[in-house]
Amino acid sequence: MKSAVVVFPASNCDRDAAVALEQVAGEKPKMVWHGDSELPPVDLIVLPGGFSYGDYLRCGAMAAQSHIMRDVKKKAEQGVAVLGICNGFQVLTETGLLPGALMRNANLKFACRPVGIVVEETQSKFSRRYNKGEVVHFPVAHGDGNYFADDDTLDCLEGENRVVFRYAEGDNPNGSARNIAGILNEKRNVLGLMPHPERVCDPLLGGTDGTRLFKSLVEALS
Amino acid sequence: MNAMSPQTVREHGLTDEEYNRILKLMDREPNLVELGIFSVMWSEHCSYKSTRAHLRRLPTKAPHVLQGPGENAGVIDIGDGDAAIFKMESHNHPSFIEPYQGAATGVGGIMRDVFTMGARPIAMMNALRFGAPDHPKTRHLVSGVVRGIGGYGNCMGVPIVGGEVNFHRSYNGNILVNAMCVGLARADRIFNSAAKGVGNPVVYVGSKTGRDGIHGATMASAEFSEDSEEKRPTVQVGDPFTEKLLLEACLELMATDAIVAIQDMGAAGLTSSSAEMASKGGSGFELNLDHVPTREEGMSAYEMMLSESQERMLVILKPGSERAAERIFRKWELDFAVIGITTDTGHLVVKHKGQVVADIPAHALSEEAPIYERPYRKASAPAPLPFNAFDPSRSIAQSLQKLIAIPDLASRRWVWEQYDYSVMADTVQSPGGDAAVVRVHGTNKGLAISTDVTPRYCKSDAFEGAKQAVAECWRNITAVGAKPLAITDNLNFGNPEKQEVMGEIVASVDGIAEACRALDFPVISGNCSLYNETNGEAILPTPAIGGVGLLADVHRMATSAFKRSGDAILLVGETSGHLGQSLYLREIEGREEGPPPPVDLAAEKRNGDFVRGLIEGARVNAVHDVSDGGLLVTIAEMAMAAGFGADVVLPKIAAGPVPAAFGEDQARYVVTASQKEADRILAEAKAARVPATSIGRTGGSKITIVGAQSVAVSALVNAHESWFPHYMEGELPPSA
Repeated sequence: MKSAVVVFPASNCDRDAAVALEQVAGEKPKMVWHGDSELPPVDLIVLPGGFSYGDYLRCGAMAAQSHIMRDVKKKAEQGVAVLGICNGFQVLTETGLLPGALMRNANLKFACRPVGIVVEETQSKFSRRYNKGEVVHFPVAHGDGNYFADDDTLDCLEGENRVVFRYAEGDNPNGSARNIAGILNEKRNVLGLMPHPERVCDPLLGGTDGTRLFKSLVEALS
Repeated sequence: MNAMSPQTVREHGLTDEEYNRILKLMDREPNLVELGIFSVMWSEHCSYKSTRAHLRRLPTKAPHVLQGPGENAGVIDIGDGDAAIFKMESHNHPSFIEPYQGAATGVGGIMRDVFTMGARPIAMMNALRFGAPDHPKTRHLVSGVVRGIGGYGNCMGVPIVGGEVNFHRSYNGNILVNAMCVGLARADRIFNSAAKGVGNPVVYVGSKTGRDGIHGATMASAEFSEDSEEKRPTVQVGDPFTEKLLLEACLELMATDAIVAIQDMGAAGLTSSSAEMASKGGSGFELNLDHVPTREEGMSAYEMMLSESQERMLVILKPGSERAAERIFRKWELDFAVIGITTDTGHLVVKHKGQVVADIPAHALSEEAPIYERPYRKASAPAPLPFNAFDPSRSIAQSLQKLIAIPDLASRRWVWEQYDYSVMADTVQSPGGDAAVVRVHGTNKGLAISTDVTPRYCKSDAFEGAKQAVAECWRNITAVGAKPLAITDNLNFGNPEKQEVMGEIVASVDGIAEACRALDFPVISGNCSLYNETNGEAILPTPAIGGVGLLADVHRMATSAFKRSGDAILLVGETSGHLGQSLYLREIEGREEGPPPPVDLAAEKRNGDFVRGLIEGARVNAVHDVSDGGLLVTIAEMAMAAGFGADVVLPKIAAGPVPAAFGEDQARYVVTASQKEADRILAEAKAARVPATSIGRTGGSKITIVGAQSVAVSALVNAHESWFPHYMEGELPPSA
């Protein structure tokens, strides 16, 4: 699996994503600068966590307008897999590659802690190595993860089995609609999620639940 | 130029003697720009004029110390060509005036101190002291400071892995925000600030200069009064986004061969960076302010030289490398401007609009500041605790349940969950343990980090209290299995012009020095924050200690949670039941009395080395140091972290069960091990003359004090976790 990690100014989980990818896929991802106009040919594009452009406007809004995102959009439409983690998820909703929006956490506080995540959908490139209904633990670390969409969109996401990850009941850190933690686009090649699977690929860091997400991708894309 | 009026001199915080010294050094009257430059450079904050003579007594050398005090941060060798770079610094005064920005820029400032030396910051800690919970401002200050630290640190992507939060009424008018940053570099790629050589371009990079923070250093060198709120314009405004870009751009430039010297523009901005760099390098600077990138038009030379706008660096480049360097900063969309050149005059010459607006010998600014041997009075020894200071009939279990929920012992989860502590994917021990541990990226090594001080001990006996701060830091690092290597100190005190405050400073320095020598734990960097007084009321003396230790293999790290039922619980160290200045005495009996627990440094070393050996040999399952609250609180913390309890037999001591449970005797650890292993450990301890006794067994849903009462672990967890969130939501009466 060939992959690329996009680096926006003030991305700060780019290295973490690259380390996890290399560990699981056995190949270093290409680090692609936001000012570049074209991505190299890859099977997977990762939009990492961080505070792109400081997130002084709505989170991800500036990054969505960056040069490289035009090519990310194009490649996504061609079917290349795109994974947006945390700030990457926010960028994906701001570009329109995923529906809905991510608002301030309901309690208005940044939340950093491990949370229980229910794997709702395993028929995807991103989650095939998990068991349906299984509860895994990923850390969250965000101030704006409160997923919002209108009821029709939410119904549609659920009806098409595009909600891949949900916060376990009682463990929702941000007040997101229907406990949504991660969703797919209609073509099922773009996943955005707020939790950080790349931070749990090493038993020393409190677990390896994230490894299977990357293994799923390697299996599906190699 | 008109003669300087005495009033103008006073407004710049300079005394008549200091002004006369300036006249002598200049051999003429300074103009207003020059006066402004002197005033910040000679402020207490920049010059350490009250403490410098005493700080010399601190031990700063060891074979593993690569850089001691005097640079932007200290550096230690951690093997394999790696170096750890760290420092702690206060942002107390600004954080009281404007908590969010004050704390945020404190974080930004200490990070720049570390990355300006060539290190990537890999961990942050914060030692915070607030006023009484029921003071009307406290909640607002806690909220603002925590949000400010998180807002800046989270954006930087550097994990904030721990620290301290304490409450005491002495901080009602002067909170303390001490931020510590630890970075990682290659030992042969350390950068310093000595601007050696003539004809090298002086380059300004980072943010533009604005009118913010002018005279911040002077503000931080004076007491507060009722009108401290009016000083808000002296507080800087942070921009973590720019800092993140500056970090990446600097590290990219540092990978090339272009840099002669580099220093961040912190307190006193362009003035201190240029004066210090020139003075250290034995060179002079000629600066042309016309080239300084400014945020607004019409800024005067005075404003540009004294602005404390954040996220700026001064770099001395090798001639000819300007182009390549500029390309890096443009890529990161940062300002880059050649604003001067190094000279051989030894003078800081500043030009603006074709005029020379300042011309001062650089060493006069950074080396000729007055050094004061201020008169001091050491406090008399605290009276011993009367024998009837506590009621021996009180329920120990009820006291435990109460203590575990007091503001100084309740869980700080509310705080640390607002900090990204797991970014960089190397945090192997998260907040809440004895020390945080971050892995050295790509290796099995780890750095253990802890900040410590017990100000109530320091108030009672500044010398013993300072010793205790160092010893506790050493113990916390030891308790995770690491070898303590070095410390940074952040000395927070009141007005040094008062003899009793100066006495506290002198005694604290002596206490730190003695403990550091005994524990082979040198001081490699630090910061002093004086004048922490409002309306004449000083804070408790607070010499915060930040320590770093090395864990050879993070797989051999200890944590404090009980691991399994049926383990033997061992207490390492001597228990005499010292209740003076204990939390028990203060919270249960309402008495802040007596001497603090004495620190036997030889015992500290012996007991700590013994426990570290057990951890290295993978012979113990859980380790926790005994500190605030005493033995029973320690055991309760281990149980709460595990979710199950223990049967505890309190040590039989003459003072009785209450002092045995809650006395704060030093040099103690609680460890757990299988019964078989525990027997061997006890035999070895005896042979090594380390006091160790078996005090119970893990298991069950309660903490049961054998022969007395019990309390459910779930009830303890509930009490322990509730106080902070409830307090911050305003749900509890603040005195609860």
